[in-house]
Amino acid sequence: MSVVKHVVGAHYGLRDWLVQRVTAVLMAVYTVVFVGILLICPPQHYGEWRALFENQLMRMATFLFFVSLFWHAWIGVRDILMDYIKPTSVRLGLEIVVAVLLVGYAGLAIQILWSL
Amino acid sequence: MIASDRPKYLDLTKIRQPVPAIVSILHRISGATLFLFAGVLLYLFQESLSSPESYVRFRAIADHWLAKLFLTGMLWAFLHHFFAGLRYLLLDMDIGSELRTTRAMSWGVLGTSLALTVVLGICLW
Repeated sequence: MSVVKHVVGAHYGLRDWLVQRVTAVLMAVYTVVFVGILLICPPQHYGEWRALFENQLMRMATFLFFVSLFWHAWIGVRDILMDYIKPTSVRLGLEIVVAVLLVGYAGLAIQILWSL
Repeated sequence: MIASDRPKYLDLTKIRQPVPAIVSILHRISGATLFLFAGVLLYLFQESLSSPESYVRFRAIADHWLAKLFLTGMLWAFLHHFFAGLRYLLLDMDIGSELRTTRAMSWGVLGTSLALTVVLGICLW
């Protein structure tokens, strides 16, 4: 049996499925830890809020969270586009817009975290 | 062949959706919403962190009722996506795929995310 592979398809593998779950677990763990930090010692003013992310471990964890978020969003949004947008040209156009946006967001996240 | 009375249309408004179906479509809607507003949220995060002046601006924006309404909406979208996502991870491990449990867990997802939105929303306002 031959499978027709579309350039705007999901690449017919387990990889995206797995990536979506691994990134989800990473974000869930980060969220629980972050909420825990806010509950145990809530930052009272700007200095404490900034200090939280100046911590190297927190900076890396937050960076990992953002990378997971944007990769996760890419798979999810592409799934939605594959379900509702049928013409290849329109879907490809929207996928490019989404990809550029998400890469841009990742760049902005790096800039925010490493200009502290 | 016996003629069937079953409807042949697929009108979503005429089909009574089971709870897991509602949780499922809300998972998609909440995910899409979070993506659409990710830029705004990232901008707010930047304003809160980059300098003491931008932090003051951030507080002023966040104190506006419209921003609070927006953030409450984002909070629900995040919480629903979070708990529905946890349920899918459990389903992947074949936990809770039995009909009774899956209905109970779907109600749990809807209820928990709404309840937490109310509690955290009250803190926000």
